[in-house]
Amino acid sequence: MKKRSLNPNFLRILVMVGPSALWLLLFLAVPLVYVVVMSFCTRGLYGGIQYQLSFASYRSIFSSLYLKVTWKSLLMAFETCVICLLISYPFSWFLSRVPKRHHGILMLLVILPFWVSALLRLNGWSNILRDSGIVNTLLIKTGIIKKPITMMYTDGAVLFGMVYCMVPFMILPLHTSISKLDHSLIEAAMDLGANRFRTFIRVILPATLPGIFAGTIQVFIPSLGAFFVADVMGGGNSVYLGNLIQNQFLVARNWPLGAAFSVLLIVFTLVMLRLYTRIGSLDDLA
Amino acid sequence: MSERSKIHRQGVWPIVFMLLVYLFLYMPILVVVVYSFNRNASNMTFQGFTLRWYSEVLHGSNLWANLFLSLKLALVATIISVVLGTLATIGTYRYEFRLKKYLNAMLYIPLVIPELVIGLASLAAFSRMGMKMGFGTLVFAHVTFCLPFVIITLRARIADFDRSLEEAAMDLGANEWRTLRRVTLPILAPGILAGAFMSITLSIDDVIISYFVSGADQLTFPIKIYGMVRGKISTQVYVISSILIFAVVLIWPAGMVIRAGHRRRHPE
Repeated sequence: MKKRSLNPNFLRILVMVGPSALWLLLFLAVPLVYVVVMSFCTRGLYGGIQYQLSFASYRSIFSSLYLKVTWKSLLMAFETCVICLLISYPFSWFLSRVPKRHHGILMLLVILPFWVSALLRLNGWSNILRDSGIVNTLLIKTGIIKKPITMMYTDGAVLFGMVYCMVPFMILPLHTSISKLDHSLIEAAMDLGANRFRTFIRVILPATLPGIFAGTIQVFIPSLGAFFVADVMGGGNSVYLGNLIQNQFLVARNWPLGAAFSVLLIVFTLVMLRLYTRIGSLDDLA
Repeated sequence: MSERSKIHRQGVWPIVFMLLVYLFLYMPILVVVVYSFNRNASNMTFQGFTLRWYSEVLHGSNLWANLFLSLKLALVATIISVVLGTLATIGTYRYEFRLKKYLNAMLYIPLVIPELVIGLASLAAFSRMGMKMGFGTLVFAHVTFCLPFVIITLRARIADFDRSLEEAAMDLGANEWRTLRRVTLPILAPGILAGAFMSITLSIDDVIISYFVSGADQLTFPIKIYGMVRGKISTQVYVISSILIFAVVLIWPAGMVIRAGHRRRHPE
């Protein structure tokens, strides 16, 4: 057998790349593999797990109740994506027309809200939208309505909160993608007689597709797991996949079932990524 | 066509739309700030201006401990991420090696996988390894999701990097360490700063992963709030968050002035 030749820079590579690789291996890859293993185990008597091969967790995922929750969650993630896209695309487009020296500060303003905890920002919305909140109080005082309109603690409120939390993650990749757009292409299309609509469909949209898809991935997948949005905006009335997994892990202490649901989320993620790598480069994701 | 007339041609609607999006983003923050001055302790309706909660908080509140834990965590996680990330970025840029592909694959996992999965995977694996949940586990988990953001931000920067600058420095007799310090790092500095900012921001706002790996006596600020969310959020939380906002609003212009001065002295 041929002896493996050692890279002459082996030591340098080891010192520079080694720490990061080791860190990700130990704190990311190993835990994820462990989750997959756990999903095939049996639930321990007092929570925890017993290492005994079992498919029980996967069987219970496909019970009608859980399938309903999964479907509802996928649907909400999809709606979140569409609404975020409808807000973020025009926003990023208009932003790209602003003089370039302002781009830095305008994008910083999109990220800055993260400095106030998302929980508190959602709580702020709850103060606005509650039955006794700002909107209803104003409408009642001005005599437009007699009884408050119920907005909070509904599935609609959860969707609203989800869109609120996810919009920045759609704007970031779209901004990158749209600001790279070559404007001479648009002018060429217009000069050749294409109207605005046709130019958009045939030139602008295909060129910004990687950004659209990168944003979609960064909104769709996290919104499947963001359990706290349903906690604040749904007030415990709405159960989504994220709440279900959180619950199985920390309240019901059925770790194998929680792990099996996580594997389900990982599979969704892989499917989305597989689709994505046909359109764009992974580096556009950040 | 000048840039100004381009805007002009679009009319006011684009500006109105952008303002509405910013309003959407900042409206609940405005509510938090206004309610921090609310005389009504129940947070339900605004009943007049008071500084009572501010004096309460400034005279000592146990929430400060949670805020400082969050800030300390963000700082430690960011420093580790930046050091590891910068080394790894330079290493993967300079050298080719067999396992590079796998390292890249691992980098993209935290960007695309739901945080929830990372959180519970960390909890399960850490407790299996016999670790006790606390500051250590928080740092481990936070670096894991901050590191990829730092590396990918840096990569965008290093892609335009001119290798010949490094070679020139070496040819002129600078040793490897000196080249790194005087040539490579200054060029990467804006990318390092951007990555560090992103990392601090993500760490400070994190709810999901921290929820799984924080110990019972070591709660980050968001996790402390999460504990209150089903019931009543203490007005002190509003006050402390408002103080944080005021700090950012005050520090930011100061930073801009310093940067402007810096640019005047070192024009690019």
